[in-house]
Amino acid sequence: MAKLKSFGDLETLKKSITGKRDPKKSVIAICNGTGCQAYGCKSVTAAFQDEVKKQNLADKVDVMPIGCPGFCERGTLVMVRPQGIFYQRVRPKDVPEVVAAIGKNSVVDRLLFTDRQTGAKVTHESDVPFYKKQRRLIIGNNGLIDSTSIDDYLAIGGYNALAKALKMKPEQIIDEVKKSGLRGRGGAGFPTGSKWETTRNAHDEVKYIIANADEGDPGAFMDRALVEGNPHSVLEGMIIGAYAIGSHQGYMYIRNEYPLAVKNMRTAIQMAEEYGLLGKNILGTGFDFTLKIQRGGGAFICGESTALMASLEGKVGEPRAKYVHTSEQGLWGKPTNLNNVETWANVPIIINNGAAWYSQIGTKGSKGTKIFSLVGNITNTGLVEVPMGTTLKEIVFDIGGGIPKGRKFKAVQTGGPSGGVIPESMLDMPVDYDELTKAGSMMGSGGMIVMDDKTCMVDMARYYTEFLEGESCGKCLPCREGLRHMKAILTGITEGRGKKEDIALLEEICATIGDAALCQLGASAPNPVISTIRHFRAEYEAHINEHKCPAGVCKIGAAAVK
Amino acid sequence: MVKITINGRNINAPEGVTVLHAARENNINIPTLCENEAVAPYGACRLCLVEIKTAKGRQRLVTSCLYQVEEGLTVQTNTERIQKIRKMLIELLLARCPDSDVIQQMAKEHGVTGGRLTPQTGNNKCILCANCARTCEEVVGVSAISLSKRGVERELTTPFGEDNSDDCIGCGSCSYSCPTGAITMEDKNGTRKITWPHNEMKFKMKKCSVCGQFWAPVKQVEYVAKTSGTPVTDYDICPNCRE
Ligand SMILES: Cc1cc2nc3c(=O)[nH]c(=O)nc-3n(C[C@H](O)[C@H](O)[C@H](O)COP(=O)(O)O)c2cc1C
Ligand code: SF4
Ligand code: FES
Ligand code: FES
Repeated sequence: MAKLKSFGDLETLKKSITGKRDPKKSVIAICNGTGCQAYGCKSVTAAFQDEVKKQNLADKVDVMPIGCPGFCERGTLVMVRPQGIFYQRVRPKDVPEVVAAIGKNSVVDRLLFTDRQTGAKVTHESDVPFYKKQRRLIIGNNGLIDSTSIDDYLAIGGYNALAKALKMKPEQIIDEVKKSGLRGRGGAGFPTGSKWETTRNAHDEVKYIIANADEGDPGAFMDRALVEGNPHSVLEGMIIGAYAIGSHQGYMYIRNEYPLAVKNMRTAIQMAEEYGLLGKNILGTGFDFTLKIQRGGGAFICGESTALMASLEGKVGEPRAKYVHTSEQGLWGKPTNLNNVETWANVPIIINNGAAWYSQIGTKGSKGTKIFSLVGNITNTGLVEVPMGTTLKEIVFDIGGGIPKGRKFKAVQTGGPSGGVIPESMLDMPVDYDELTKAGSMMGSGGMIVMDDKTCMVDMARYYTEFLEGESCGKCLPCREGLRHMKAILTGITEGRGKKEDIALLEEICATIGDAALCQLGASAPNPVISTIRHFRAEYEAHINEHKCPAGVCKIGAAAVK
Repeated sequence: MVKITINGRNINAPEGVTVLHAARENNINIPTLCENEAVAPYGACRLCLVEIKTAKGRQRLVTSCLYQVEEGLTVQTNTERIQKIRKMLIELLLARCPDSDVIQQMAKEHGVTGGRLTPQTGNNKCILCANCARTCEEVVGVSAISLSKRGVERELTTPFGEDNSDDCIGCGSCSYSCPTGAITMEDKNGTRKITWPHNEMKFKMKKCSVCGQFWAPVKQVEYVAKTSGTPVTDYDICPNCRE
């Protein structure tokens, strides 16, 4: 394929791609995400390819491996389009029946999803309750394309935003992103447009941009799904950002444990380069931008901006004070703009639809959608994309299907390991950066862990404190030593050795870590403890005063009772 | 020069200096442990935290060893909030290094009695400020010692650690830079002994051909000769006799 040298070339290419596609043909879309790989999606895909040939349907049916649409718990997912049929838990042995059904225009009933509330079978993807209340602006495209095919991405309107952006002035793009209200999806929720502007205005010829795909939150996998399932959307956002910021070199920092993400992104970069959408003289505009993949340093802390940049430079991944912002002095001392991959993936949507359209979605201070990773004691585990402002109740009960095994909801932890817990009484809270922070938790990168009434909140706080103690880089005193003692005190309480003064002491240590830690890992580490003390103090007291674990989790030995 | 106030006092400070530096120049005391003018600021002990308010009105806590003065900055070094934080930091230090006289003294000055946190054993006065390792790297240029492992397992890896036993030249800069005396150095009978928190190492010393004093470890002399490109024989006489 010859390089595209102009906007016209891109148009011509798109026409030729869509022209070759037969709209009357059915497509069997099979999830090939990491989650479904555990369920054997590779052999399911191969079986479909064989079976379509065997049943002589090759001219009527295409087989397309797709990225994770989010409902991983029900893998391997198979969608038949344009009929919109949704099959779940498909195994290789089911394949002949599914293919035969397409030929006969019928449906394989037993592979359909059953709505637990009504007991009815759901035939169509759009009627699955898990998807119904979602607004899948970002993750939805995963299901429409083979992520290793740039033509698939172009066929659904991919790189239109880039072409549009390259006709704009950089300042106009930044203005549009500012007006959209987009805030960072990786943690702190910093306004993206302002960050770009600072980097653009920094006085240096050389500027870098980085995509953060380190995703260290245990249980979170939305960034993985995006990079694996729709790498071009992240790429397109980055090229637009680079042009707006005035950067010619970018890095994609991908978590080391994500081999498929690395592989798919590598393919995407190579294809974009072949088409001239990346590299020198992009679409003949004279704008150059190259992108390199860097594999992560293998620690949670490496996702923190300054540690990430140190790691990219080949140094130990440890944070440093950010009194001079990385947008002014970042990677190798040069102005550097770091955004989360989901943040980047929002950019083409904003450019395509305009800031006015985008900013209608969401709340006053939080615009657009957010992808959450819904896990824990929840009926439907998976990735959930909702407009900002959706209530936690809707996410947990309407989308997540509530708590399994007939148990009761107790709390939901948002924001990953260092997020706070939110009790039942606050479930009507809309998800919004500021509301979550006010409630003593945070948006974080979108981890959401649901806990049922069999969860001990003290033990849960101990668990996350232990995780964070293990992930603390150890550089600064309050985080390293504070977490060490917090873990010891919490372990004591869960083992029946708690003392009356322990709660106050925990609160004191928490306040110091929160105020004095060098980076946000430390500064947010007290959240699980502070929030459980705040909302579930009685459970702490029961452990300490009565040597009882109300949830029946902690084995408080009789010997511990005086 | 920029105008700032520290604890209500108007101060003129040269551009580019840290708040800590400006405070010291004006005899305002801020406790520190990991700061050492010979090496780049590090910001690990957090004792030097101060409350600031920028000219734009933004208020926050910053480490004064890292934060640079700026026009119109208001600094408070000893508010109730700061005192609370410092006390807890010292309590954590005391639990880490109960035997350190420097920490004990600091605790006394700040009214910290301790006893609430389970004391650790075996840290031998090391507070992991990394002054030694940073001095070895940044000043000496040798990197014979470093901090290894993450989080609570972090420790000082000294020349007896696996990979770098040959690098140490015995100059003892680490012991000078250690704020708690966790690293000591003793010259006796032509031998220098450096004791780190978890091991020790001995070095043969060079004798001055004039006064007969043992004046520096042979390895250090060889290192200096090599890096400065001068013959080793230039160092047969000690600096005192050379003058
Ligand atoms: C301990 C720690 C881990 C982090 N891990 C990630 C991560 O895995 N991915 C990410 O995008 N941001 C992570 N962040 C947030 C980044 O520091 C940074 O704020 C973010 O990447 C900026 O992008 P955004 O503005 O698009 O959110 C982490 C922060 C901390 C303190
Ligand atoms: S807060 Fe924790 S993770 Fe962050 S620099 Fe300090 S020790 Fe390292
Ligand atoms: S990996 Fe297949 S649905 Fe998520
Ligand atoms: S002296 Fe500033 S952090 Fe240690």
